[in-house]
Amino acid sequence: MSAALLIDILLWGSVFGVGLIAFRRGPPVFKASLREGSMDFINIVPRIALGVIGSGYIAAIIPQEAITGWLGPDSGWLGVATAVVAGAATPGGPVIGFSIGTVALKSGGGVPQVVAYVVAWALFAFQRVILWEIPFMPARFVWFRCAVSVPFPFVAAAIAMVIGKP
Amino acid sequence: MEYEPRPGRVRKPIGWSTIIIAALVAVSAGLVWRRDGTDGVLDILTHDLSLFGGILPRVLAGCLLGAFISEILPHEKVSRALGPKSGLKGLLIGTAFGAILPGGPFTAYPVASALLAVGADFGATIAMVVSWTLIGYGRAVAWEIPIMGTDFTLWRIVISLPLPVLAGSLGRFVHVRLYPKPAAKDDET
Repeated sequence: MSAALLIDILLWGSVFGVGLIAFRRGPPVFKASLREGSMDFINIVPRIALGVIGSGYIAAIIPQEAITGWLGPDSGWLGVATAVVAGAATPGGPVIGFSIGTVALKSGGGVPQVVAYVVAWALFAFQRVILWEIPFMPARFVWFRCAVSVPFPFVAAAIAMVIGKP
Repeated sequence: MEYEPRPGRVRKPIGWSTIIIAALVAVSAGLVWRRDGTDGVLDILTHDLSLFGGILPRVLAGCLLGAFISEILPHEKVSRALGPKSGLKGLLIGTAFGAILPGGPFTAYPVASALLAVGADFGATIAMVVSWTLIGYGRAVAWEIPIMGTDFTLWRIVISLPLPVLAGSLGRFVHVRLYPKPAAKDDET
């Protein structure tokens, strides 16, 4: 069984589970949340469409070497800082982010730098923030969350330096 | 039945972020067209359309999950468990919740938004979002392990373990000082 299928089963299983709880609270609760959820969906679809269909174009014009070139070994904290910026600036979905990380590792990138890159990508990849986080969450929360997260790729790199390679 | 319908969430119209993305996409598509011609543009379009088709049902699942959760979670309990006064325990609950949440961004953000709406504070919600993105198994299993390898992924996750709680505490610490609001109504102890 593929991982994607497993995730879909878990996802819809959870929807079914909470839906059942809502239904047992009475049909008005169930109907109201069903309506809320559907309205959210209808409102979000155009933005998701734009992001998903458009991200291929953005990814196609950003040369990946431009990102991996910065993550060299012995680049120290400057390399970590560059990795953080690169992680935030990486367009596209997880395939691109992790592939760049792998290329950087294979082409001799420093491990703490690659960890900082992957963590920064997970925390602030601009496309995910703009495409998913801002549409779904209050913008005030999103900017606050990003600002508060800034130190943590550096913390991750520091831990990686202390505990060593995988 | 003392059920009162929750007031509908205010939905944002097309905002500036959508406009920026649209402009970025238009410029990029133009550059791809100049470099690779119409075929290049169509290749990417068909690929991304099929991706979009695959994602849609999950987006629906995420929206429904968020809506059900915000409807069934009792507000007082959430603000006690995840509110500003929930302490380290609240941050740990947020972290655990983010780590076990199934799905991708299409579930994490609607659910996080629902938690905020029913009384979680910024700190616990940040812990949840950061935990989902750094130690959640969804992306790790689907993408990181196949691409980066199991060793690197597990090692990276171990390094990330303390980060959600740290980010949540920093968030709570800063938020309380930036927005020193009078205590919420259910706070009188």
